[in-house]
Amino acid sequence: MTKQARDPAWQLKQYRTMVLIRQFEERVKYLFLEGVMPGTIHQYQGQEACAVGVCAALDAHDVITSTHRPHGHCIAKGLDVGSMMAELFGKATGCCKGKGGSMHMGDLSKGIVPAVAIVGGGLPIATGIALSFKMNKEKRVAVAFMGDGATNEGAFHEALNMASVWDLPAVFVVENNMYGASTPVKMVMKVEHIAQRASAYGIEGRTVDGNDVEAVFDAAREAVEKARSGGGPTLLELETYRITGHSRRDPCLYQPEEERKRAVANEPIGRYAKKLLAEGRLGEKDLEAARESVKAEVEAAVEKAQRDPLPRPEDALEDMWV
Amino acid sequence: MNARHLGIAEALREGIAEEMRRDARVFCIGEDIGIPGGWGGAFTVTLGLEKEFGERLVNTPISEAGLTGAALGAALMGMRPIADVQYADFLFCAMDQMANQVAKMRYMSGGRLQVAMVMRAPVGVTGRGSQHAQMMEPYFLPLPGIKIVCPSTAYDAKGLLKSAVRDGNPVLMFEHKLLYGSKGPRTETGAIDASSDIPEGDYTVPIGKGVIRRAGSEVTIIATLLMAHRAQEAALILEREGISAEVIDPRSLVPFDWELVKESVAKTGRVVTVEESPRRGGLGAEIAATLVEDMIDFLVAPVKRVAAPDTPAPFSPPMEKFYIPDAERIAQAARDLMEIS
Ligand SMILES: Cc1ncc(C[n+]2csc(CCOP(=O)(O)OP(=O)(O)O)c2C)c(N)n1
Ligand SMILES: [Mg+2]
Repeated sequence: MTKQARDPAWQLKQYRTMVLIRQFEERVKYLFLEGVMPGTIHQYQGQEACAVGVCAALDAHDVITSTHRPHGHCIAKGLDVGSMMAELFGKATGCCKGKGGSMHMGDLSKGIVPAVAIVGGGLPIATGIALSFKMNKEKRVAVAFMGDGATNEGAFHEALNMASVWDLPAVFVVENNMYGASTPVKMVMKVEHIAQRASAYGIEGRTVDGNDVEAVFDAAREAVEKARSGGGPTLLELETYRITGHSRRDPCLYQPEEERKRAVANEPIGRYAKKLLAEGRLGEKDLEAARESVKAEVEAAVEKAQRDPLPRPEDALEDMWV
Repeated sequence: MNARHLGIAEALREGIAEEMRRDARVFCIGEDIGIPGGWGGAFTVTLGLEKEFGERLVNTPISEAGLTGAALGAALMGMRPIADVQYADFLFCAMDQMANQVAKMRYMSGGRLQVAMVMRAPVGVTGRGSQHAQMMEPYFLPLPGIKIVCPSTAYDAKGLLKSAVRDGNPVLMFEHKLLYGSKGPRTETGAIDASSDIPEGDYTVPIGKGVIRRAGSEVTIIATLLMAHRAQEAALILEREGISAEVIDPRSLVPFDWELVKESVAKTGRVVTVEESPRRGGLGAEIAATLVEDMIDFLVAPVKRVAAPDTPAPFSPPMEKFYIPDAERIAQAARDLMEIS
């Protein structure tokens, strides 16, 4: 994997995965607005480079934990959009058979723990996964995705400290999108960079442009390699922005318009397209073909999910015990 | 007196504002509160209050254990915090503070300390999956030291909130997500109109006093929050079939209005309890046990519990619908009892 990084084929793959996340989310948003999709959602538009850059540095057998905003992480780690779409529709064919819904998507066979919707709740779990890798002498890495807000939970401190003192193969990835729900980060922490918090646990912390997929990949690869080779955990802060509402009905009145405009102009997909075209190894045709194939993939997922069967009501009683 | 028609979110907002005006020791502490352009808490209850009260709306980091302990600390110094978690499920993150500290501080001090604090927590199975769904009453019911209220109407919400702030003890208020409002920004699938005429001026609803929502003579149905509304629907169904059901909304779980319940049972001899939470170890179990101990001579049939199954709440709508008791299931339980005797 390492040696192919930055090949045009590799680059096109990262571009395509980001586009897949974006189109998946845009389609889902539309389905919600139409009223055909049940439940609530937290979407990933604007943060695609974080999930894609980090997961590009992982092997298939590495394991991630995710959050209330899991769609991007799941796609980037290789969950197929068909089973995700089916889950969102509450179908029996969904990745959690309709039991989980948007906030609990995942599939451990793809290295994705069903997402944890309790802010910070996934972090100690990732520590435990890394502990098992170490105890079993497996060359695998656990990655905990979290938002900026999660770093204010006690679970963050406990998880990082344990991972640190035990030198566990873990990477803690903070997607700093400047808000926890409607609360600006600056109102709830005094450190300038969340990465500084790493020093409290004696581990390395790095702040990276989270809208630059290759920069994210570089930083993640270093952290993952270090973790895999016994060097212990890293705290990676990815600076990004959520260009959609926090949840289904959020009009984002707390985001100043200027800030929002700047963020939209800096969104990762358009930025990467520009970079790729400027480099000249990929052409507009290649990108267009990627976008078209994504469109077909998402449409197929929607169509299949809508046709798929719902669970039976009494299936609610299943899946309790082994 | 003029009355205005308000939903629960608005009625609570008004109640909080009035208490803050009345008593400078009252303040709010929670996540996403007091932010211009922000949410006013997860369900708009404190929306806009920062305009009048500024720093008395304390916005916290996402730190439930922290904010609960901070509310307790302030209460020990004589303040009257109204804390809130965005979903009641997150009370688990605050559980050490709630169960080991808040609930026990006064008792452990030999009655020397006072913890005048309110904790508000939205409950309800509402299409959000297992971790944003839990009815937390059964976890707190056996915990000595915290009063519990659960309003099902806007009138009760405001009145109980005021009583809670003035009570002087820790009071946990469960609010139902589907009852906050059925119009405007608070509309969501399954939302029910729980609005009431709210009188101008001060009023309270006493903690520990239930209310008869609908009088009847043959079967007593006991339910709170959303289930209180479903129970009233069930009573209407039963009435059409010639069965007279009395619906009791206890409004408070701790202390519990046993007198009201027992009076009703003395009359009807039949009891259906309704819960949105799993059947095992819930309010229904407590009611059934108490009635068997104290009122066995009056019961003409077993106490029947209508409850969710002993599983987490599922996400998918057909399973979720199966999970939450509806009016028909409640009515059927009453019919079953009528059949027995
Ligand atoms: C323990 C807990 N507290 C509060 C919430 C409600 N909540 C859901 S998402 C969110 C904001 C999270 O912010 P952040 O961690 O920055 O992630 P982002 O939403 O920005 O991706 C909050 C407060 C929750 N789900 N869990
Ligand atoms: Mg955030």
